[in-house]
Amino acid sequence: MFSDKTLTQARQGLKNWFATIKEAKSDDVSVDKRLSTISDLEVKPIYTPEDIKDLDFASDIGYPGEYPFTRGCQPTMYRGKIWTFRMFSGLGSGEDTNKRWRHLLSEGETGLSTAFDFPTLMGYDSDSPRARGEVGKCGVAIDTLVDFEILTKDIPLDKVTTSMTINPPASVMWAMYLAVAEKQGVSWDKIGGTIQNDMLKEFIAQKTLMCPPEPSIRLISDTIEFGTKYVPRWNTISISGYHIREAGATAVQELAFTLADGIAYVQDVIDRKRLDVDAFAPRLSFFFDSHMDLFEEIAKFRAARRMWAKIMRNRFKAKNPRSWWLRFHTQTAGCSLTHQQPYNNIVRTTSEALAAVLGGTQSLHTNSFDEEFCLPSEFAATIALRTQQIIAEETGVINTIDPLAGSYFVEALTNQIEQEAWEYIEKIDKMGGMLAAIEKGFPQREVANAAYHFKQQVDNGEKTVVGVNKYQAKEEPPIEILKINEKIEADQIKRLREVKQARDNRKVTQVLNGLRAACKSDKNVMPYVIEAVKAYATEQEICDVYREVFGEYRDPGYF
Amino acid sequence: MDSERKIRVLVAKPGLDGHDRGAKVVARGFRDAGFEVVYTGLHQTPEQIANAAIQEDVDLVGLSCLSGAHLYLFLEVVRLLKEKGAGDITVIGGGIIPTDDIPKLKEGGIKEVFLPGVPLNKIIKWVKENVKPLRVV
Repeated sequence: MFSDKTLTQARQGLKNWFATIKEAKSDDVSVDKRLSTISDLEVKPIYTPEDIKDLDFASDIGYPGEYPFTRGCQPTMYRGKIWTFRMFSGLGSGEDTNKRWRHLLSEGETGLSTAFDFPTLMGYDSDSPRARGEVGKCGVAIDTLVDFEILTKDIPLDKVTTSMTINPPASVMWAMYLAVAEKQGVSWDKIGGTIQNDMLKEFIAQKTLMCPPEPSIRLISDTIEFGTKYVPRWNTISISGYHIREAGATAVQELAFTLADGIAYVQDVIDRKRLDVDAFAPRLSFFFDSHMDLFEEIAKFRAARRMWAKIMRNRFKAKNPRSWWLRFHTQTAGCSLTHQQPYNNIVRTTSEALAAVLGGTQSLHTNSFDEEFCLPSEFAATIALRTQQIIAEETGVINTIDPLAGSYFVEALTNQIEQEAWEYIEKIDKMGGMLAAIEKGFPQREVANAAYHFKQQVDNGEKTVVGVNKYQAKEEPPIEILKINEKIEADQIKRLREVKQARDNRKVTQVLNGLRAACKSDKNVMPYVIEAVKAYATEQEICDVYREVFGEYRDPGYF
Repeated sequence: MDSERKIRVLVAKPGLDGHDRGAKVVARGFRDAGFEVVYTGLHQTPEQIANAAIQEDVDLVGLSCLSGAHLYLFLEVVRLLKEKGAGDITVIGGGIIPTDDIPKLKEGGIKEVFLPGVPLNKIIKWVKENVKPLRVV
């Protein structure tokens, strides 16, 4: 990319610059001191053309909308369409969440995102003994289609897209969404949204667990196949790195494990469903973390796009350029927020949001400052939304596409992250793929080691967290936090009882039997799940069929 | 010379919460500090935790919860330990816990609550100062 003359000058200039600094004998941070990203990637004091001399503009950087998409998937990026302001949100009952959703929509959010409570995430009803104390506490409680109808009341499903963070029971929640769309008179080819539906990262990191890996992947391939046929605007999977990062992974691990998961899913759909890769690949979507090291994150996002494009075109031989796109949602890093001096978290979220935007995210959630205490209050969630709006409207960063392209530092970092991520992917390939790697405990141990390493770095002061190990406050005034209605558990149990009494219980048994048979065969389960939710089978009743047929998975507890 | 008996700890994740980063980091910190550590893994009921604590003959139980269900889950573990005659096992907790809930937890028998960001050596120091090995050799 540079002439020999430029490179020679760069080399010589760097030598001179180092010599000048050494002579100056400054007391400041010595350029010899090793500084690193939050993931411990070493960062040099200065970058020059020399650092990216092997880069080829056309094939490595190029243009947005063109292979390898380093600069963005869509040709016009934010000049064509701003990223979606999609705030992850859910609390208490369907009514509570519907109210919060309508508030956020009225304040300018442009896409919905659903946070479910733990019983729902794990496939238990509100009246299960396992649900005691948990109902509605960290998201919305959904037991049957009745709750889902309340959740989506007056939300026009043909006008807004909805993401749902749901994994083992993804088929169930998606079936409820499809059923509600039907009731609204909206045909399935008009609705858009995403189900997270990524079990591999559950085994690695998020740990909402139900069935063992193999049948979990089967259920995912069923949903991908169903979406390909009947719900063309739906992203039936959100291949996620966010949770892996939150569990303690480095940026490189987050990227590598996410793409390795993606490879496993693509391969499974091809093998199990014998679908052409171009039939389903355009609807694969991704989900990344945006953490505190600004440039590391930007480089990571750019490397992600470039790598996935290569994987899809070269490894899977996809022909449709849309199959080469890595479209992603981003969430600012929950694990970077502090309990101490919580208002500082607004600043953290802002920096992380900026990184995601400079990295070209399609959709963004920004955390609220009070989330180290409880679910976001309306006040805090509104500030988080405004953060995105201010970045979009006031900072000017959207005026040009991929503004950091060509930066010696950012391009060098993009290359380095890509290189190290490939090494991980090769390692996982040699183990036999991600499923095998998970069975061996490989990604889990890498993540646990990285988490412990970072904790040690913070505890010994090597990495600073303001308010925690530096600039601590002597006293912390209390902040007002959200209070979840304590009656929610009793109310849900009552509602559930009423639904069970009112429904045709013979029909429920019948549809569950049909689902059971489908699970035991290689039929696609989705039509059976849809029938079941329409008959007001509960989420747990459906998941109990899965558990019965496929078995239950227990966390091996690596630490 | 009879060497000091090691403190034996059960690190446990009660309820459905799957956020195990903190619990695992603490478990490892305890192990590096020389305690004997048993980690239950995820999705344990309070009953399972109480039984494990007794079976594993621990001096200390450390509970972690980030799902907001801590008031019920932590105090249920304490209640069950007492019921099973193991009320002398110290129980501590951590996670995403509103400040207002800490007095309620302590009143209910949680000896100390460690919030996000606390350095590992602070927890370890607390344990060394407040927990004595219960087991008789």
